[in-house]
Amino acid sequence: MSDLESRLSRLAVPANARPPVLPTADVAYALHDTPIGTLLLAVAGGRVVASSFGDEETLTTRLARAISPRVLRQPGALDDVRRQLDEYLDGRRHSFDLQVDLTLASPFQRLVLSDLPLHTSYGHTTTYGQLAGEIHKPKAARAVGTALGANPLCVVLPCHRVIGANGNLTGYAGGLEAKRFLLNLESKS
Amino acid sequence: MVRSTGVMVSEQVQLPPFQALIDEHWRDVIRLARALAGAVDGDDVAQRAWEKAFAAYPALKSARNLRSWLLTITARCATDLHRARKPQTPLDDAPPIAVTGPDADDWPDPDLWRAVNELPERQRLAVTLKYVGDLDHHGVAAALDTTPAASRRLVSDALTTLRDKLGVHHV
Repeated sequence: MSDLESRLSRLAVPANARPPVLPTADVAYALHDTPIGTLLLAVAGGRVVASSFGDEETLTTRLARAISPRVLRQPGALDDVRRQLDEYLDGRRHSFDLQVDLTLASPFQRLVLSDLPLHTSYGHTTTYGQLAGEIHKPKAARAVGTALGANPLCVVLPCHRVIGANGNLTGYAGGLEAKRFLLNLESKS
Repeated sequence: MVRSTGVMVSEQVQLPPFQALIDEHWRDVIRLARALAGAVDGDDVAQRAWEKAFAAYPALKSARNLRSWLLTITARCATDLHRARKPQTPLDDAPPIAVTGPDADDWPDPDLWRAVNELPERQRLAVTLKYVGDLDHHGVAAALDTTPAASRRLVSDALTTLRDKLGVHHV
């Protein structure tokens, strides 16, 4: 590259430059810091589609494929969800008043997850086997566990209330420490 | 023999989340917009380019060359603004007036950018897309609706003029 060519390429981005501001996205998301870790929260068409511990790139790519590629980081669209989560994590809220959409879940995961708030209750735990029985899949305790592990709506759909028959916490997308935190929180509040 | 439906899935365009385009390319878009339209108008051009890209994005047929696609939209927005601002003149051979372009004094290397501003319009676009936009001649050609050979010629003519004006020589 000649001297002239490199002079042409040297134009810098000024310090006051800002990214664009766009209308509300088909999928709006925010990264929300909580005592149990950073949650990626997303809404589409007024419904919560994600509340997840996964990484931003993987999750937004899944959302782009499943819903629409117009996915934007727009925390303002998540104000209500964030407020309710904060209240819950403070022990001031026992249930969520949110519309949810399990579009990121498979049909079996949907069967397991959609009625979780009915099959569990605040401050109480149930077991994988019990839950499998309640959704009329008594032999599917292991598959139920896997479906809960894939919950795209962590905390909002309380998969943390389901534990092993022997009392082991077993597993949680946000780590066992997070699961313990949520169960302690619910038993105290 | 029954064929798997996997074939259909692989043919779908899998566009990345729009936020990834912004995070990766917003600086390049604003750099090009400012180089083509100046500091003040450049910000508007960049904003309008993103709005257009956002509106058109879901219908995009290919996820390849998204950066080049964004820079092409940016160049078109700058040209639209340029045309809208250009004083109407009945004379076809009126000298090119740089109504837009960098506010040369605010930029590093003001002599260079003043000279770029005075280039014929297509040369100015080509040389800016090539060096500020960092596009190859295929990318420049796509943005200017022309051939790579024509892009090469536009850029080479622009560089010759700039060297003459600035008194620099190819080494």
